[in-house]
Amino acid sequence: MKILVCISKVPDTTTKISFTDNNSKFNEDKVQFIINPYDEWYALVRALELKETLDGTVTVINVGKADNEQIIRKALALGADDAVRVDTDPADAFTVANEIAAYAKPENYDIILTGKETINYNSGVVAGMIAELLDLPYVSLASKLDVDGNNLKIEREIEGMKETLKVAMPCVIGAQKGMAEARIPNMRGILASKTKPVKIIAPITNEIHVQSVSFSLPPEKGAVKLFSPDNVKDLAEALHNEAKVF
Amino acid sequence: MVLVFAELGNGNLKKTSLEVAAYAAELAKNKNTECIAVAIGNANAGELEKLGNCGIKKVLHADDDKLNSVYSKAYSKIITEAAKNNNADTVVLSHNSTGKTIAPRIAIKMNAALLPGVSSLPDGNNFSKTVFSGKATAQLAAKTNTVVITLNPNSFKPHLTSDTASVEKINVSIDAKDFDYEITGTEKESEGMVPLPEAEIVVSGGRGLKGPENWAIVEDLAKVLNATTACSRPVADIGWRPHHEHVGQTGITIKPNLYIAIGISGAIQHLAGVNQSKCIVVINKDPEAPFFKAADYGIVGDAFDVVPKLTEAIKQIKSS
Ligand SMILES: Cc1cc2nc3c(=O)[nH]c(=O)nc-3n(C[C@H](O)[C@H](O)[C@H](O)COP(=O)(O)OP(=O)(O)OC[C@H]3O[C@@H](n4cnc5c(N)ncnc54)[C@H](O)[C@@H]3O)c2cc1C
Ligand SMILES: Nc1ncnc2c1ncn2[C@@H]1O[C@H](COP(=O)(O)O)[C@@H](O)[C@H]1O
Repeated sequence: MKILVCISKVPDTTTKISFTDNNSKFNEDKVQFIINPYDEWYALVRALELKETLDGTVTVINVGKADNEQIIRKALALGADDAVRVDTDPADAFTVANEIAAYAKPENYDIILTGKETINYNSGVVAGMIAELLDLPYVSLASKLDVDGNNLKIEREIEGMKETLKVAMPCVIGAQKGMAEARIPNMRGILASKTKPVKIIAPITNEIHVQSVSFSLPPEKGAVKLFSPDNVKDLAEALHNEAKVF
Repeated sequence: MVLVFAELGNGNLKKTSLEVAAYAAELAKNKNTECIAVAIGNANAGELEKLGNCGIKKVLHADDDKLNSVYSKAYSKIITEAAKNNNADTVVLSHNSTGKTIAPRIAIKMNAALLPGVSSLPDGNNFSKTVFSGKATAQLAAKTNTVVITLNPNSFKPHLTSDTASVEKINVSIDAKDFDYEITGTEKESEGMVPLPEAEIVVSGGRGLKGPENWAIVEDLAKVLNATTACSRPVADIGWRPHHEHVGQTGITIKPNLYIAIGISGAIQHLAGVNQSKCIVVINKDPEAPFFKAADYGIVGDAFDVVPKLTEAIKQIKSS
C-alpha cells in the first residue's frame, strides 16, 4: 500500500488575523504555523494507521517554500516515511493541484489523501482538482476509511446524512473529522524525523487561475445587549421585533 | 451565458438549488446575458418548472434513473458538456457537499478559475469570500475568461416570482467508468431537522450543560424555533452529542440567521465556525465568557433557569 498525504501549512487556530502591504498580504509576524488540522489529525493519522496494520509507505507532500520544513518534520515525526516539497509559494489551489498531480502521476499511489479544506482559505478544492487531473475517483468529506481488498470502504458525513460507499483504488479522498484521532509525536519519532528524506523538487508551472487581490477584517461588533435572567421575555421580544429572526 | 446546476434530492429541488438559481439569474442579468439551468436525475412532476420562480427560463434535464445519486465523474461530465454546448463562460453551483465534490472537476475540464464559497455577487471581476474561518474576507480576481463559482448556502435569498421555466430533456453519454464509486447505503442523521449547513436557526449547547441527559432544554427551544441543534467540540468528543453536530473550526461552518449558544465559552476555534451568523445570542452564567464579545444579545445566567423561560416566551409570541 502506497499512500500520499497532502499537507498544507496554516496559522495556528488561535492566531489573530491581520494584513500588511496595503491589506494585500497576510501578516506572518509572530504567527505560529501548524499542519492544517484536517490534514494532520485525520488524513495523516489514518494513513499511518493503515500502514501499521497493512504494511506500506506513507509519503507526505507539501507545495511551499523552505520555511515549510518545520511542518514537514512534524509529519515525519508522527511517522510518515518520507516527504516531498515542491519548491514554490503557490498562489492558488490550481497551482497546488497541478504540482501535486504532476509529482504523483508516475508514482502510482494507491490512495492520495487530503484534508477537507485548509483553515486559512477554506476552499476544499485541491483534492477534486488532483482527481480530475489524474482521472481518478474522488470522495470528499470522508469521515471513515477502511481497506477492503482493492477497494476502500468509506463513510461520508454530508448535510444531515451519512453515506457509505465503495471505491476502487487508486483514488483521491478528502478527510474530515471522525476518520482518526489526533496523535502526539513521541521522542523516538522526533529523533527519527531528523534523518528521514525530504525530496525537494522544482515546480512545473507558474500558471495561476485566481489571484487574491486584497483582504479585509469584518466590522467590529457593537456591544452585546444584555438582559437579566428575570426578563427573559424581553429577549424573546427583541429577537422577534428588533432582530426579526423568528 | 451563465449555467447553473440545480441539484435534486428525491426528485425535488434542494433549497440550495433555489439560492444558486436566483444568484445565477441575477449574475446573468448584470452581465447582460442569459441563464440556463441543468438538472440531473429523475424529477417530480412540475418541480423543474419551479426554477422559473427564481428567474430561470430554460432547464436542461438529464433525466436518467441511474443518476439519482451524485457521482463526481458523471455529474461533472454532464455539467461541463452542457456548458460547452451552450457557450457558457460561467458555471454556478452550491458550496454544499455536492458542489464541493464536482466543481473542482468542472473547473479543470473547462480550464476555468474556481471561486469556491463566495457569498455575494461579484463587484466587476472581483469576488469576495470569507477566509481564515470567518475571521477575514478576501477579494479574489479570476485570471481566466471562464469561471466556476460555488455559492455558500444561506447567503443569497431568492425573491420568488410566479414565472415558470421550460424543460428540455438532454441526452448524455455516460459509461460505466463515469460511476467512480458505488454508494452502498445512506442513513439520515438529524431526523426531521434541516441539515446544519442549510439551517436558518441553530440552537447549540456546550460543556456548561453538564451532561447529555440535560439536552432536553436545548431540544425544546430548538423545536419551538424550528431550529437545528448543534454543539461544541468537547461535547461531541466526550460523546454527549453525535459528531455531526460539532460546529467550529474543525467541525461544520454555519451561517444561520440566528445562533443561540448555551453554556459555550466562545473559544476562538468555536467562533470560527459560527461567527458569520447574522444574529448571535449567548446564554452563559459567566459574565467574563469570551462569547459575549461576539454576541448581539445575551443573558448572564444559569441555562437551566433561562432556557426554559426563553422557550416559553417564544412559544407565547408565536401563538399570539
Ligand atoms: C486546534 C483546535 C481546534 C478546535 N476546534 C474546535 C471546534 O471546531 N469547535 C469547538 O467548539 N471547539 C473547538 N476547539 C476547542 C475549543 O478551544 C474549546 O475548548 C471548546 O470550544 C470549549 O467548549 P465549551 O465552550 O463547550 O466548553 P467550556 O470551555 O468548558 O465552556 C463551558 C461554558 O459553560 C458555561 N456554563 C457552565 N455552567 C453553566 C450553566 N449552568 N449555565 C450557563 N452557562 C454555564 C461556563 O461559564 C463556560 O463558559 C478546538 C481546539 C483546538 C486546540
Ligand atoms: N500548499 C499545499 N501543499 C500540499 N497540500 C495542500 C496545499 N494546499 C492545500 N493542500 C491540500 O488540499 C486540501 C484542501 O485545500 P484547499 O482546497 O486549499 O482548501 C488541504 O487540506 C491539503 O490536504
